[in-house]
Amino acid sequence: MGAQQRIFRQRIRDTQSTKKITRAMELIASSRIVKAQAAVKATEPYALALREALTLAASNAKVTHPLVNEVENPQRAAIVLITADRGLAGAYSSNAIKEAERLAKRLRDRGLTPVNYIVGRKGVSFYKFRERPIETSWVGFSDNPKYDDAKKIAARLLHDFVELPEGERVDEIHIVYTHFVNRVVQEARVIRVVPLEVVDEVVDTSSGEGIHGGENKGGKPVWPLYDFEPDAETTLDALLPRLIEHLMHVALLESAASEHAARQRAMKSATDNAEDLIKRYTRQANQARQAEITQEISEIVGGADALSSAN
Amino acid sequence: MADPFEVQLVATDREVWTGQATLVSFETHDGEVGVMPGHSPMLAMLKDGPILIRQPEGGDLHAAVHTGFAVVDAGKVIILAESAELADEINVKQAEDLLAEAQASDEGPGKIAAIARAESRLKVVKR
Repeated sequence: MGAQQRIFRQRIRDTQSTKKITRAMELIASSRIVKAQAAVKATEPYALALREALTLAASNAKVTHPLVNEVENPQRAAIVLITADRGLAGAYSSNAIKEAERLAKRLRDRGLTPVNYIVGRKGVSFYKFRERPIETSWVGFSDNPKYDDAKKIAARLLHDFVELPEGERVDEIHIVYTHFVNRVVQEARVIRVVPLEVVDEVVDTSSGEGIHGGENKGGKPVWPLYDFEPDAETTLDALLPRLIEHLMHVALLESAASEHAARQRAMKSATDNAEDLIKRYTRQANQARQAEITQEISEIVGGADALSSAN
Repeated sequence: MADPFEVQLVATDREVWTGQATLVSFETHDGEVGVMPGHSPMLAMLKDGPILIRQPEGGDLHAAVHTGFAVVDAGKVIILAESAELADEINVKQAEDLLAEAQASDEGPGKIAAIARAESRLKVVKR
């Protein structure tokens, strides 16, 4: 076998093994989309129950919790950016990062300092490489987030929002996540979780922003006759952080579903590309083989001619 | 006896149980509350611990809830919790391990909560 041919055969083998890997990743991602979607869906009963409890408590309590009050002169705004831990997911992470950049610009235009809280290794390395400050980061759960992860993040955010002295604390909290529209379309979105404008409206904004898939069944008439244990204010104060945790949880789950979908698509096109390459290399290898044969024939013919004319 | 009412037990990541019941009892910070048909509407914060759901055809369900709230409405009780597990879902060995782990963990705000959580889980199973 000629040298040319050998090169093409080797390339075909390389591409084939790459194709096997990308095909496997595609299949894994596509099976995980289903699971991730189910996980998003499974939070709905809780969302409804939480909303009902919040509406009840809010309509019976004076709302004084800091989470609800607009800060008069906001200075720092937290951006929670949710990205992937691993690459090979197409433009998934970079779309979220771009959205965060746009948000940061909007905040700066309003005279606010953005403070970065980053979920996922991809986002962390993007900010590190550009030497931008990162307040905190969380990594290691982007493809399968649990409620405890959301709770950890929410706890840190609430701490930075409520407990730090003025000038150090954050006055607004925004989440940049990737909304799972369907298997083909995912879009990076921003939701402002804090301050929650008025609690009654929180309920509406959160569903209007689409994080709960757009359903809004919270329109139940509110009774004024409820008993509260211990009392409406305390209950409301305990419920509000749960809402932040819940919003964080849903944002993480949606992002995970989007990540898998993006990876599935990226790996599908990688597999398709590998197939095209293999086809092209096969043609080139065939051509090389043909050329070799032609050359050998003309050598033989030439040799025979030389011999017969020598006689 | 009055008609049974609907009970919904939801955790953050799933619906744990729904069905009919004639009695639901849970612990609040002021003590134990039993809800029977026709109970007045109420919103309560729950203490970590066991709850009991009595089904109309007899048979009690026990569950461990953690950071929960109960909404009692006409004909319906919703219990929402950060985590909720039915007694038969709890693995005793695993629960004991978690308790031991919680007790051995570093001092901190998380420790007491973790111990309480593990203990309430065990209490539910041992009933």
